[in-house]
Amino acid sequence: MEIILNFLEKNGLIVAFVAVGIMSYLGFLISKHVLKNKIPGAAVSILLGLIVAYFSGLHTGGSKGIADISIFSGMSLLGGSMFRDFAIVSTAMGASFLLIRQTGLAGAISLVLGTTVSFVGGAIIAMFFGYHDAKSMATIGAGACTFIVGPVTGAALQASSEVIALSIATGVVKSIFVTISTPFIAPYIGLNNAHSAMIYGGMMSTTSGVSAGLAATDTKLVPYGALTATFATGMGCLLCPSVFYLILEKIL
Amino acid sequence: MVIYGVSFLGACYILGQLVGEFLAKWIGVKANVGGVGFAMLFLILAHDYFNKRNLFSAEAEKGILFWSQMYIPVIVAMSATQNVVVALDSGLLAILAGVIPVFMCFACIPLLVKLTKSPLNN
Repeated sequence: MEIILNFLEKNGLIVAFVAVGIMSYLGFLISKHVLKNKIPGAAVSILLGLIVAYFSGLHTGGSKGIADISIFSGMSLLGGSMFRDFAIVSTAMGASFLLIRQTGLAGAISLVLGTTVSFVGGAIIAMFFGYHDAKSMATIGAGACTFIVGPVTGAALQASSEVIALSIATGVVKSIFVTISTPFIAPYIGLNNAHSAMIYGGMMSTTSGVSAGLAATDTKLVPYGALTATFATGMGCLLCPSVFYLILEKIL
Repeated sequence: MVIYGVSFLGACYILGQLVGEFLAKWIGVKANVGGVGFAMLFLILAHDYFNKRNLFSAEAEKGILFWSQMYIPVIVAMSATQNVVVALDSGLLAILAGVIPVFMCFACIPLLVKLTKSPLNN
C-alpha cells in the first residue's frame, strides 16, 4: 500500500490526468442519463469538481480542495494558474481578431463598469453588516471584484486581517457563483456571441469564474470572455485602493 | 511537428505574460495586468501572419489545438482545487457580497450590449 501511495504521490500530474478524465466522464454520464442533456457535460463536470473540492476540504481542513490529499497533489499543478492560462491562450486560435477589435471599446467600458458595480455592491453589503469605516468597506468591495483584488486592496489600506480574510472569501464565493450561474443566466442576457461574451468577461471580472462559466455555457465564447476578464484584476488593483477608496472616504 | 505548435503557443504565453508583468510594474499595481489577454492577441496575430505565408503546418496547429481541447479538463481540475469550504462557511456577508454584485453585473450586460452594438455596426 505504501509503495502505491508513494508512487502516486511522485507522479502527481499523471494521477491528475487520470482523475480529471474520470471526473469528466462521470460528468458526461450524469449529463446524458440523469439530466437528459439539459445541462452540458462540461458544466456537470465542473460542478462535480467543486463538490469534490468541498468534501476534500472538509476532510483535510486544507485550502486547496482535493490537492490537499497527497496522492492528488498534482491537481493543483494541472488546475493551477500556469496550465489554466496556457490553455486559455490556446483557445484564442479560433477567435476572430476582427470581432475583438469591433468590441474592444465595449470591452473596456465593461471593465470599468464591472469593477465599479462590484465594488459599490460589495461595499454597501459590508455596511449593512456593520462595517462603517472606509478601509473595511473598500476591502470587502474589492473582494467583490476578485479574490486577488480584495487582499491587494486590504494590504494597501492596512485593513484588519479579519476583513482581508472576508474579502478573499467574498471573491471565492463570487468565482464559484459565476461558474455555476452563467450557463443558467446566459439565455436571459443574450450571452451567445463574441460581443456579449467580451462584455460579460469585463463585467464579471473573475478570470476563473468567467473561464469556467463560459466553458460550461459555450466553449466558442471562451477566448472573448477571457480576453477582457484577464484585464479586470489589474483594473481592480488599480482602482480600488486608490480612486474608489478616496471617493468612499469622502462620502463617509 | 507538433512541438512547433506547442513551442509557438508557449512563446506567445511567455511574451504576453511578461508584457502583463511589466505593464503592472509600470502603473504600480501588484498583479499581472492582462498578461493572458496580450498573449492571446500575440497568438491570433502571429498565427495569422504565419498562416498567410503558409508557414504554419497542420501538424504544428495540432499542438495548439490539443491545449485548447484540454481547456475544460484544466478547468475541472481548477474547480476541484478551489477552497469551497471557506466560501460556504465564511458566513452570510461573504456569500451576499459575492453573489449580489454578480446579479447587478448580469443585469448590466444586456444594457451595455445594446448601448455598444448600434454605433459599431453602423
